[in-house]
Amino acid sequence: MSDSEEKKPNRRDFIVTATTAAGAVGVGAVVWPLVDQMNPDASVKALASTEVDISAVEPGQSITVLWRGKPVFIKRRTKEEIDSARAVDLSELKHPEKDEDRAKNPEWLVMLGVCTHLGCVPLTDKGDYGAWFCPCHGSHYDTSGRIRKGPAPTNMEVPKYEFVNSNTIKIG
Amino acid sequence: MSDHEYIPKSKVGKWFNDRLPLLTLANHLTDYPTPKNLNYWWTFGGILTFCLITQIITGIVLGMHYVAHADLAFQSVEHIMRDVNYGWLIRYVHANGASMFFLAVYIHIFRSLYYGSYKSPREVIWIIGMLIYFLMMATAFMGYVLPWGQMSFWGATVITNLFSAIPLVGESITNWLWGGYSVDNPTLTRFFSLHYLFPFLILGLVVLHIWALHVPGNNNPIGIDIKKPSKDTVPFHPYIVIKDAFALLIFLLIFAFFVFFSPNILGHADNYIEANPLVTPAHIVPEWYLLPFYAILRSVPDKLLGVIAMFAAIFVLVILPWLDTSKVRSTVFRPIYKQFYWFLVADVLILGYVGAMPAEGIYLLIARVATAYYFAHFLLILPFLGFKEKTTPLPLSITEPVLGGSPDMAMARDNSNYKEKL
Repeated sequence: MSDSEEKKPNRRDFIVTATTAAGAVGVGAVVWPLVDQMNPDASVKALASTEVDISAVEPGQSITVLWRGKPVFIKRRTKEEIDSARAVDLSELKHPEKDEDRAKNPEWLVMLGVCTHLGCVPLTDKGDYGAWFCPCHGSHYDTSGRIRKGPAPTNMEVPKYEFVNSNTIKIG
Repeated sequence: MSDHEYIPKSKVGKWFNDRLPLLTLANHLTDYPTPKNLNYWWTFGGILTFCLITQIITGIVLGMHYVAHADLAFQSVEHIMRDVNYGWLIRYVHANGASMFFLAVYIHIFRSLYYGSYKSPREVIWIIGMLIYFLMMATAFMGYVLPWGQMSFWGATVITNLFSAIPLVGESITNWLWGGYSVDNPTLTRFFSLHYLFPFLILGLVVLHIWALHVPGNNNPIGIDIKKPSKDTVPFHPYIVIKDAFALLIFLLIFAFFVFFSPNILGHADNYIEANPLVTPAHIVPEWYLLPFYAILRSVPDKLLGVIAMFAAIFVLVILPWLDTSKVRSTVFRPIYKQFYWFLVADVLILGYVGAMPAEGIYLLIARVATAYYFAHFLLILPFLGFKEKTTPLPLSITEPVLGGSPDMAMARDNSNYKEKL
């Protein structure tokens, strides 16, 4: 074909373009279910919330419950732990968050017990800040669960939760 | 490729071969001309093929007894070990077979690095090989998850969390990989499915790897092209077949030692504890063959950059044919590269060692230096060395050093008397 002929779209070009476009949409429609089937399914999503009885937790004690397959730390903090978390200057933090925002009720710290580096469960009452330490790759967290030292990029995540009554927390 | 057209002797053979030239292929494979100076480092291709077949056969058999469910997997593996006839043997062969596979593949890769087998015209063979290596790591990782012990679970958690380092979509991708919000039953079942699939993808790539090899032919210890026609080659069968078989026998002795005398030495005791999502083992380490990359991951203090460094460590190998600027293939004729080659071997071994140690203090420092050197080797030293290094003279052919009258390579370079004889 010469140049002048190429510039003028003819009926065959139209058919090729239309067929390719329809084919692309068809392939996409077939591939998407095959990809999406791997996403969390309805039965997994149905386990979205859990209620925890915290009446037996003493000050300074921490319990771990399972929510969506992940551990959740529920820590009843002592006065000293709350004070040390609140006294920290935000400029010292890698991921600046006020303790007041992380623990609405200062006595209770509720957060995912999952290191934000690569997902291990940190050990309680360990590490340079006397709070949490991840044994996998050495991340240190403070009494507010904020990252202070090590490879983790962010603070431990605070999930959505509420006090149903003074003895029960609903997570999720 | 064979230089002559093959015609089967029998009438039936000819009839069949005209319709599907399988006999031509078989003839090509037996007559395939191989350099006569191949040493024992060249036997690992055959050993690796054996390893792949062993893994596939033992794996299919284990799949008949294993149950891919979070509540039953751990029990079913113990069932294989205790109840299934010869189950202990088949599982130990499969588990240690993975380690043997990697041992052989590392020797195979370092053979290529020493003799420049990745250089033109063999770049495609090398890249397919790297794809195979990458798939092997993915397959081995997923296989290690299947027994659903503590190391399985937490290894899976750490490795899948690597993807959470990706900005914006990281969390969606990890949830998609898991099929939930953590490693759980959906993760186990899909890993089983893919662990069954990947070896067959590897098998397909092995066919392409060998096909690509048979186009230019084998490299050889002195790394020069075969002169055609010449006395530089011998047919694959029986010469190389016998040599490969002997090497395989020695390799099997080592393999059998692990299987029968210390089947668990390469594993972790923690994996005989059933997976518990609430407790992370104090010291998580991957299998030995992944340790150098694990050390690179941990040596970088930033999460995303650590993950990038780890994948980059594999990717620099893929583009190696273009990073090494030297036209001379074999290290035999590259006196300076020879030293850097052994530095690299030591560097990778050091990375493997610190990868198994806790990431703190002196180990972290060593890991950082070794990681920096690893990248410097490929990105700085190799490109630069190709231009600067003065290589020693190459012989004219494979046969020349021999017919030149002396087994000493240095003397063979003085080839004046050989030429006179001609």
